[in-house]
Amino acid sequence: MDVIFGNLDLWGSAIKNTLLVFLFGGLIALVLGIIVGAMRVSPVPIARGVGTLYVNIIRNTPLTLVFFFFVLGYPALGMPKMSPLVLGVLAIGIYTATYVAEVLRAGINTVPVGQAEAARALGLPFGQVMGLVVLPQAFRSVVPPMMSVFIALLKNTTVAAGFSVAELGALRATVNDAAGRPGSPMEVLLWVAAVFVVLVLLLSLLQNRIEKKWRIVR
Amino acid sequence: MTSVLYDVPGPKAIARNRILAVVTVVVVAAVVAFILYRFALSGQFSAQKWGIFTYSTIWQQIFAALGKTLAAFGLAAVMSVVLGFVLAIGRLSDHRWVRIPVTTISELFRAVPVLVMMMLLYYGLPSIGVRMEPYWAVVIALVAYNGSVLAEALRAGIESLPRGQREAGYAIGLRKTGVMMFILLPQAVRAMLPVIVSQLVVTMKDTALGFIITYPELLYLAKQLSSNVQFGRPLLQSAFVIGGIYIVMCLILSGIAKWLESRMNKKPKENGGTHTTTIPVQPGDPRLQEGTVTEVIAVQNE
Repeated sequence: MDVIFGNLDLWGSAIKNTLLVFLFGGLIALVLGIIVGAMRVSPVPIARGVGTLYVNIIRNTPLTLVFFFFVLGYPALGMPKMSPLVLGVLAIGIYTATYVAEVLRAGINTVPVGQAEAARALGLPFGQVMGLVVLPQAFRSVVPPMMSVFIALLKNTTVAAGFSVAELGALRATVNDAAGRPGSPMEVLLWVAAVFVVLVLLLSLLQNRIEKKWRIVR
Repeated sequence: MTSVLYDVPGPKAIARNRILAVVTVVVVAAVVAFILYRFALSGQFSAQKWGIFTYSTIWQQIFAALGKTLAAFGLAAVMSVVLGFVLAIGRLSDHRWVRIPVTTISELFRAVPVLVMMMLLYYGLPSIGVRMEPYWAVVIALVAYNGSVLAEALRAGIESLPRGQREAGYAIGLRKTGVMMFILLPQAVRAMLPVIVSQLVVTMKDTALGFIITYPELLYLAKQLSSNVQFGRPLLQSAFVIGGIYIVMCLILSGIAKWLESRMNKKPKENGGTHTTTIPVQPGDPRLQEGTVTEVIAVQNE
């Protein structure tokens, strides 16, 4: 237990940084993902092409390499300095956005075309077709896979540890390099793993509850 | 052409779409131009920085590192498919003493980040006197994680089969093993093949995590090349070249997954649908292994 109580300050900052990367990375992923997802289902061929290109390139690049570009590559451009934390958030946000976009696109595709056609036949304007008929149905089928994307995002935050962000994944190095900190690498890492198991379980529980509550009856 | 989102465009919508197209082009061009401008300004296009890739020794190093990446990927891919089968069958077992531990283990492996698993193996185990090469840490962590994910996919595939399949299997006198081996697994594997291949893309991408635990794969080499002062520290250049290699490899795998999916979607409904047409048997078709009923019974009686 020394490994917890002897390093409380470090645990606090590590968990804080992990959650920061998770929340802000998730925010960027959501905003950018909605934009890219909208581009991929838009009636404009050029926008569809750009969206597809972005998704295909980023999805087939390892996240580690995206971090490499941002955290190590950005300073080479001679732009205003940014902390690794900010660059890491950008990297993980831009990477996860592609998954968000794909989930949205798949969700919209689950709505049968007949639904929209029926709504148009009733004479509903575009706004009401979207707001009252299509999007509510798409939203329900989007939520569970979206939660999976966010669970993956939470686990991916550890990659930031390899790029000088002092979060949970980096805790082992921090504890070991500081003089007189209690705890062996094994202990630290097992506790880190335990923290992730708990967090992932919480998110999975939430996912299951939402899924049960919002099952679409067709 | 009707979509859920928009109707066939009229004159107004066509005009609006044109405006949107122009806006998209302008915004994308502006972003790309800005990035290129910054690159040019900070001298990223200088011949000195790209010169490093004109030497054959550098390419030999790149191929060696590619070999390391593929060695980790290849072994991890094969082993995780094997583990996926084992765990999937374990999770569906009738015996509680098999089912509960297997379920717990595969859920745990899915909840722990792959990188933390690698660190546990590489940095953690020496605390209890076990040392291992980074290669094994990378492979074992990848196998544990991807095997659990594949197990979940296979289990979903087996459970999505119509109940009648299992019952028919028992009805013709097969035992549990026979039903699983000859009836359920071949169909589940076939239905889940695209999922399995797309999981291999994830495995390929995750080999790059080995960089963080000093496994000398492609990304590690990129970092090494970028510290080369003689060529003006070509960091972005190395990242682009190595990134290109990753993207090509993953695109090939993604392409295979897409092709498999399109091949499956062309067929009449797999599950529950009666086969109105027989699909010609191709090499690797599960039916080649299934055998006729008499063969199956013969196998049972051996």
